[in-house]
Amino acid sequence: MEDIATQAVEAALAAGAAYADARVMEIRTEAMSARNGVVEGLDRAERAGVGVRALIGSSWGFFAVPDVGSRAARRAGEQAAAVARASNLVAGKALGLVPEAPTTGHWESERLEDPWAVGLAEKGDQLEGVTRTMLEHGADLAEASHRIWDTRKWFVSSEGTRVDQHIVECGAAMSATAVGDNETQRRSYPGIRGQYGTRGWELVREIDLPGNAARIAAEARALLTADVCPSLDATDLILGGEQMALQIHESVGHATELDRILGWEAAFAGTSWLELPKLGSLRFGSELMNITADATLPGSLGSFGYDDEGTPAHPVDIVKDGIWVGALSGRDSAALAGIARSGGAVRADGFDRIPMVRMTNVGLVPGSDSLASMIAATDDGIHMDTNRSWSIDDKRLNFQFGCEIGWEIKGGKRGRLLKNPTYTGISPRFWGALDMLGGPDEWTFWGTPNCGKGQPQQIGHTGHPAVPARFRGIRVGVRG
Amino acid sequence: MTTADAATTGSAARAIETAERTLDLVRARAAGAEAEVTVRQGTEALTRFATSFIHQNVASDVNHVLIRVALDGRSAATSIDGPADDEALGRAIDNVLEAARVRPADPGWPGLASRSEPPEVDHFDEATANATPDERARRVRAFVDAAGGLETAGFCSTTTVQLAFANSAGQRLTGRGTAAEIDGIARTPTADGSSRRVSVRLDELDGRAVGERAAGKARTASKPTDLAPGRYEVVLEADCVANILSFLLVAGFNGKAVEEGRSFARLGEAQFDRSISLRDDVTDPGTLGVPFDIEGTPKRPLDLVRDGVTSGLLHTRRTARAAGVESTGHAVEGGGAWGALGANLVFGAGQKTTEELIAGVVRGVLVTDFWYTRILDPRTQVVTGLTRNGVWLIEDGRVVRPVTNLRFTQSFLDALGPDAVRGISAERALVLAGWDSIYLVPSLHLASWNFTGGAKG
Repeated sequence: MEDIATQAVEAALAAGAAYADARVMEIRTEAMSARNGVVEGLDRAERAGVGVRALIGSSWGFFAVPDVGSRAARRAGEQAAAVARASNLVAGKALGLVPEAPTTGHWESERLEDPWAVGLAEKGDQLEGVTRTMLEHGADLAEASHRIWDTRKWFVSSEGTRVDQHIVECGAAMSATAVGDNETQRRSYPGIRGQYGTRGWELVREIDLPGNAARIAAEARALLTADVCPSLDATDLILGGEQMALQIHESVGHATELDRILGWEAAFAGTSWLELPKLGSLRFGSELMNITADATLPGSLGSFGYDDEGTPAHPVDIVKDGIWVGALSGRDSAALAGIARSGGAVRADGFDRIPMVRMTNVGLVPGSDSLASMIAATDDGIHMDTNRSWSIDDKRLNFQFGCEIGWEIKGGKRGRLLKNPTYTGISPRFWGALDMLGGPDEWTFWGTPNCGKGQPQQIGHTGHPAVPARFRGIRVGVRG
Repeated sequence: MTTADAATTGSAARAIETAERTLDLVRARAAGAEAEVTVRQGTEALTRFATSFIHQNVASDVNHVLIRVALDGRSAATSIDGPADDEALGRAIDNVLEAARVRPADPGWPGLASRSEPPEVDHFDEATANATPDERARRVRAFVDAAGGLETAGFCSTTTVQLAFANSAGQRLTGRGTAAEIDGIARTPTADGSSRRVSVRLDELDGRAVGERAAGKARTASKPTDLAPGRYEVVLEADCVANILSFLLVAGFNGKAVEEGRSFARLGEAQFDRSISLRDDVTDPGTLGVPFDIEGTPKRPLDLVRDGVTSGLLHTRRTARAAGVESTGHAVEGGGAWGALGANLVFGAGQKTTEELIAGVVRGVLVTDFWYTRILDPRTQVVTGLTRNGVWLIEDGRVVRPVTNLRFTQSFLDALGPDAVRGISAERALVLAGWDSIYLVPSLHLASWNFTGGAKG
């Protein structure tokens, strides 16, 4: 396969590209879903092809073919250069690339149990079993699923980098929905999207769907008769780790993508409230806030050995002691922004899509508190957990998020159940209100398998190390 | 060109040949298997610009084969993107048959679509199918030039689809389609303005006109000031209306949502303003797409709302079986967990211009686009989101000033409910939200919209 990629690169260079790279990819997937005790969906897919990127002047040209033969690869290289050349009609300043030493190597994600070796009957029995359990304990609608992605890719660049990777990702999800007179209430486990990682089937066994099915079904039923989250202009808010993963993803991860900051995503995904001249000095949050982007974390969904430009994975500080210090970047965006080295954060969701800046594992460095200590230290507040809705403006500044479940906190104790909890804020003001952070024991690498970005849109897999956290003086209970 | 009989030459013939060959390979391995095959071939190309120059220019060939089999009601699906030779197809078929044999039984398996003819539809343009990167770049050039020095960003795309469907129950279908789109923003230091145009034909996309409109919006939206949150009348332009309909479809008119008790839809009830009529109609000359779904069910024109009364639901074969009705042809690939999705929604036109809608507002807000809308509860259709790309205050029928973006938390169902609609524009725009979600929609004047926050929180 490396030879195929090499031929594609050579064809692009021969057609006039100043720089070219090619990825040959083979992707195998499996998705199984069950509803109300019955497996309804079993979908597998295989995708194979080559995608070539050619740089001429100010533009990338990209062409992909669903074929891994020599002739197709050479054609893809030629077409990539032709597409790039057409961009000269609307040209900008020539695009540069920050240096990256040519490298060769192989990387594989770690896995203890091959997910393909687990029988479909066993997988199906588990999903059917947990959905039946949820029905028996109060759910009107019970759903469960698992997914596997198995990706092999070979990357070659015109600068001499040649790397290949084998990345296996899997995980599972389940949810219980209770239907009331004019509302629905849902509880999900482990999170709204489940839990996924660059791991084997051991991840699915560890999250223990059967051990949590009855609980979430009962919670969904109880939410129908719970009080509605009060509308308060300011209260103390404690967020569980899963909701913190969403908070990080939306308000920190996307905000610090360098392509957004540079305006390359302005028309669709949007821009950022962060301005490059303030990199290194702008206060993003309280001193407890330390965020890194680290694709080297074992087992997290945003982990890999090399990004899709061949840059080796390495940790990057994004926010340090509350100050904005870094960005998610690639070789071209780093060059334009004057950043010395690519952050190694450029990926594509398949052979047929151009690589772009994506989150890796963007997460919080843990603190020294715990969920229990936060509750005990809160006289009057609300604890919310498990994401239900998420909306944020095109500068990643003004957000309103909803959770599946909430509890009132009075006098350091968790009290009555609350439904439809929501909170809203302005990002630096919100992160500035962070005053307690969970410790290493509660540090979880949450996986988000559905991050949409780009045109044509791509679905990215990202990781978010997170812990519970407390924020002071937050507006909650926004209603329609 | 919608049936196998009408398929003559070129790509359609190649696609149906691949589908037939795949069925033969299934039969050779499992004579008693139920099987259906969809072949999608074509090209996707998108020329993307930002900071007023083309920065990403992409294209790809598509060759996708979707195979679903059922053995004694145990179904499984597989797909391949790549070479569709007998070896690759045979490997995929062996894999999917093995999966079907060992998976648990599925009592809800609805079986295969029987032979039936779809409506005659051919939303296809040969020139668009053969569009070059230069042709897309010329439209981008015109958009950028028309912005008169404002920074611009957006894309121009062309898509060509050749579809073929064959199943072991004798259904044979082919369809084809093209889509061309230009979509962009112009930016001042304090505001963005957007504009877009979608058509079957690239020739109908006037980059200059779209760029001028985006620049005009950006200039008039500049230097916005805050507006206090609260309830206001609104005039929502076409893209906002398409966004509203997307929620009503997925969580409302979707047969699966109704079956599961998550939908608001109650057939025969006046749940909407009597001025509203909604149809799903792939035969409308103003829309795009092909006249059958991924299960081989023809799409026939279907009223969803007639004069404000909920009158129809969308179904796949599975949801239709559960409801005791016929599928309406709205299954999409990978959409089993969602239910019936694919739609060519046509919102009945009104009689006013958008300017006349504005003239009818006492005090309200004119909105160009919605952004990041997310549903809080499907039954009540309460959705939160933000405005984007141009927002203005209207007083006494006149646009008086631009305002900063606003957050809303609003029941979309209530917003379109009885006596809630004060005007519908005669002009409609085609809005493309993916190949399976196509909306032909007007602008609306609504009586009340709940803005719950400003740009500063």
